[in-house]
Amino acid sequence: MRLEPREAPSLALTLAYPTLAILAVFVFAGILVSFSGANPFSVFTLVLKGAAGSQFALFETLTRATPLIFTGLAAAVAFRAKLWNIGAEAQLYMGAVATVVFGTGLLPLPAPLLIPILMIVAAIAGALTLLGPAFLKVRFGVDEVVTTLLLNFIIVLFVSLLLEGPLKDPMGLGWPQTKKVIAEAQLPKLIQGKRLHAGFILALIAAFAVWIINARMALGYEMKAVGFNPRAARFAGMKVDRIMLKTALLSGGLAGLAGLSEVAGLKGNLTLDLSPGFGYAGIVVAMLALLHPLGVVAAAIFVAGIFVGADAMSRQAQVPSYIAQVMVAAALLAMVTALMFTRYRIRWK
Amino acid sequence: MDALDILFSASLWAAAIRIASPLIFATLGELISERAGVLNLGIEGIMTVGAFAGWFTVYQGGDLWLGVVAAALAGSAFGLLHAMLVVPLGLSQHVTGIGITLFAASLTYYTYRLAFPEVTSPPKIEPFAPWPVPVLSDIPFLGEALFRQTPLTYLAFIAAGLVGWFLYRTPAGLAVRTAGENPAAVEAQGIDVTRVRIMAVVAGSALMGIGGAFLTLSAFNSFYFEMVNGRGWIAIALVVFGSWRPGKALLGALLFAAFDAYQLRLQQLAGIFVPYQIFLMLPYALSILALILMSRRASYPRALMIPYRKGER
Repeated sequence: MRLEPREAPSLALTLAYPTLAILAVFVFAGILVSFSGANPFSVFTLVLKGAAGSQFALFETLTRATPLIFTGLAAAVAFRAKLWNIGAEAQLYMGAVATVVFGTGLLPLPAPLLIPILMIVAAIAGALTLLGPAFLKVRFGVDEVVTTLLLNFIIVLFVSLLLEGPLKDPMGLGWPQTKKVIAEAQLPKLIQGKRLHAGFILALIAAFAVWIINARMALGYEMKAVGFNPRAARFAGMKVDRIMLKTALLSGGLAGLAGLSEVAGLKGNLTLDLSPGFGYAGIVVAMLALLHPLGVVAAAIFVAGIFVGADAMSRQAQVPSYIAQVMVAAALLAMVTALMFTRYRIRWK
Repeated sequence: MDALDILFSASLWAAAIRIASPLIFATLGELISERAGVLNLGIEGIMTVGAFAGWFTVYQGGDLWLGVVAAALAGSAFGLLHAMLVVPLGLSQHVTGIGITLFAASLTYYTYRLAFPEVTSPPKIEPFAPWPVPVLSDIPFLGEALFRQTPLTYLAFIAAGLVGWFLYRTPAGLAVRTAGENPAAVEAQGIDVTRVRIMAVVAGSALMGIGGAFLTLSAFNSFYFEMVNGRGWIAIALVVFGSWRPGKALLGALLFAAFDAYQLRLQQLAGIFVPYQIFLMLPYALSILALILMSRRASYPRALMIPYRKGER
């Protein structure tokens, strides 16, 4: 067999394969669910209800989507330039660390001043976390996939060290957690009494900003060119290494903002369970969105819906909530396969 | 005992070899795959699957060796999935590999929770007992360090020898190496590059599965969540450190494990002054350092991560 590029894939085809992929994921998950003895249809109804069946469920889904938009953007920006940043988890945690360092009383400023400052320090912390691996890549040719992956473990241990040492809340009854951020550092709730916070709006603004960069600015064009063909980009006079480092700063900064948003918008303090794998899920979000920043928003809400819905479902049915992780991972594999089939056809001979 | 005494204790080296065993399996598995030109980032998830499949087989009443076989089969099944997506279909090896890791690990956890919905303390099995080699195990120092290990550890060393022999002494091994250097030359010999690469990934994934099973069948006696804990990623670094050669990779794994065993003991000595997290970070930091040191000398397979399409170029 061999692959033959399609001349001009029709719109119907471009839509058909990804739809088929998502359908396949649900069929596969349905089979897994049936092993638990539950009826797949009633289980998926529960998932849907849990994700979008009520106002509460919808707000919960959007709340969960917020960090995923940031980490999804981080992956989308990096992957477009073929910078394989698998370390959004670490960058998120460093953004969170910066938020609690500066947001728990060190800077006694009013909210309109403090929140922008926290955004900047969180973004810088995330950006610097990725700058190391990116520098090693351009300077020594060290594969960034492995270094960013390994850095995830190092940073989580570093955070654990901080939580039991310098950043430990003295009033925390011995729990490894930091102090709560001061009132001026908290992102306002979007609706009184709900968990959905201004971080969601920030995430939307970030997505829009990345879209502008990609579509309208020289850097966006350069990142795409470097990702498409670094040699040609260099030949065209682009400073490929410098563009890589800029991509890293942008990508890491976006992941750092996820940390800020979770701490200042939702949790209030930093604990070791701040992120249940938002960094890794961001990769899936970016791929489902075809690396398009506005698509990231939609994909993040979809993925968040599966997580929130599955959590709600597993409280009622005897199906492990891990089904959500399986579905998200399967969606990644199915989607990249589907995208290949929209661009190529298989010729058997 | 002070820091230097530890270095000369047989128990340190026995521990080092024990710690090295899963890394040796995993590193060899990744090495075969990469020599054929395919990066397998599914390694972390494939090890998780192997750890569970091996343990679950024994828990269900299977023999320990049947557990090893089950781990190899489960690992190779996910290896086949990875291979099908990246070799004939030519999908991004980075994205697919991460997808395989997420998929394999989450599927494992789902299955575990299905089988044990309510358990709080993980069920235990009777793992491999140490298997002292007659005569050799009575040699002072060396005997205790080398020859009182569990059978899977001996198997790891045998596997290293076999992989070296296979890659450098057999026609099939030559085909694998050439598929990773110059696939067109393999095709010119009338050998199907696609098939060679798929088989290399599948065989490598079987070894990764056994590497995972070492954790549940030999090192511990139970399956825990997140128990692979980055060993797969460390194995990828070890492949680079070993310049894609089985002998050097074996040495790298031993060196790494010796360091790990040493820091574990040092931790008990200096744990009061240095936070334990610093010690836990060391293996990962060491892996990054190894990558940097080797980066200048690394001569990676030239066709690594380049999909092969018949007739192109």
